[in-house]
Amino acid sequence: MARSNKPLVWSLFASGGTVAAFLIPALALVTLMAGYGHAPALLDYETMHGFASGWFAKFILFGVITLCLWHAAHRMRTALHGLGLRADKAVASIGYGIAAAGTMATVYYLLKI
Amino acid sequence: MSVKPYIRKVSKSTWYLSRRRDILHMIDETSSLFIGVYVLLLLMGLRALAEDEAAYLHYLEWLGSPFLLGFHWLVIASTLLNSISWFRSTPKAMRVQIGENIVPGYLIAAGHYVAWIMISLFIFYVAGVFSVG
Amino acid sequence: MSYKTIELEVLRYRPEEDDKPWYQSYRVPCGEDWVVLDALNYVKDHVDSTLSYRWSCHMAVCGSCGMMIDGEPALSCKTFVRDLPDRAIRIEPLANFPIERDLVVVMDDFIEKLERVKPYVIRNKEKPLDEGEYLQTPAQLKKFKQYTLCINCLCCYAACPQYALIPEFIGPAALALAHRYNQDSRDQGHESREDVVAANVGIWDCAFADGCSLVCPKHVDPASAIQQMKISSTISWYKNLLGLGGKGP
Repeated sequence: MARSNKPLVWSLFASGGTVAAFLIPALALVTLMAGYGHAPALLDYETMHGFASGWFAKFILFGVITLCLWHAAHRMRTALHGLGLRADKAVASIGYGIAAAGTMATVYYLLKI
Repeated sequence: MSVKPYIRKVSKSTWYLSRRRDILHMIDETSSLFIGVYVLLLLMGLRALAEDEAAYLHYLEWLGSPFLLGFHWLVIASTLLNSISWFRSTPKAMRVQIGENIVPGYLIAAGHYVAWIMISLFIFYVAGVFSVG
Repeated sequence: MSYKTIELEVLRYRPEEDDKPWYQSYRVPCGEDWVVLDALNYVKDHVDSTLSYRWSCHMAVCGSCGMMIDGEPALSCKTFVRDLPDRAIRIEPLANFPIERDLVVVMDDFIEKLERVKPYVIRNKEKPLDEGEYLQTPAQLKKFKQYTLCINCLCCYAACPQYALIPEFIGPAALALAHRYNQDSRDQGHESREDVVAANVGIWDCAFADGCSLVCPKHVDPASAIQQMKISSTISWYKNLLGLGGKGP
């Protein structure tokens, strides 16, 4: 019986889940505040641009966005299977494809800042 | 040898509806979708930030649209659900044994909650939520 | 002891007569300290001797009497009638297994999967008898003791949505037993189990629904065993990828 290659996507799922669990609630509250017109000081253009120019911030932003994307892709693959969608290969390709595209886009935009 | 075994069919798409814990499990799994879409929103913010100030301000304004605000609340509900179930699950995967004793799961979970609060407060601090004015 | 009449709604299936299962109702005078198994035994002894079901120890150690009680997998010898709601009790054979007859299910699939995970101590080289026994500290025992408590009652398989949707899934009990041996300091068979454990139908089909651990009458917590194996298998996978393993695929 062949050993699975799922460890690759599972490790991304597990890291992404941990990142999401610890960071996303606070981040979502910050962007919610921005949505209501009370954007905190960091979200001011000059400040944010300066912040995101630093390598450390880029590393964090890259980690948060890409790991959460891979987490969602893998978890939705399982969820859709549980909801009756049997085309696992198609679902996996689309989900991981979006995550991969998002990963590349994140690198591109972070390098641009 | 089985004479004529009877196999009970299980609906592949509605099996979870007959049990509350199965419904909650499926909701939990699909909460990841909103988290995934949320970080795509953050990615769009990065794109605007990389472009210029006008694009970035337009992005912040767009975050204020009714649809986006409603979606934000959905994201917050999903991410809270995700965090709580994640911290409940982690002790099972992370079995810590010290000598002859296994650290009780609730202690590991409690440690996660404390870390979660401290990290969240740190994010608020860095974002300037606590700044006066 | 006072007796209260209760109603049992039991799923019947007689392969020689029936094309599909059907419910039969029984009224049983039930003692206040009875378990569901006592009610079934009353039916068998006084009402309908054709009712078929497995049971043995009547004390939750043999694992024979697993069945669905009001939709949840449980041992009938461990489920007290007084703890159930005051209405007809629905009794069905364990979910996710073919029905042999009445409340008896076909367990062959589980037995075959149990054999595949090699649930016994495997040594590269056996110690000769005159060198004495394999010594083990209490701490080493504690590491796997919990996972030895499985009585193969199959309640976990009945509660597992993945086993319901993916019949090839090795399943909670078999995987928990693989973990029990992997964690045993006397065992050296981790690698030989990995082909089954780390296959797609092994740990990777588990979606961590946790139903197995919730229904386990012996608190084995198979879900924790599987998640721990996911972590260790992932680490091994990366080690192999980076050429740091010593363990080939």
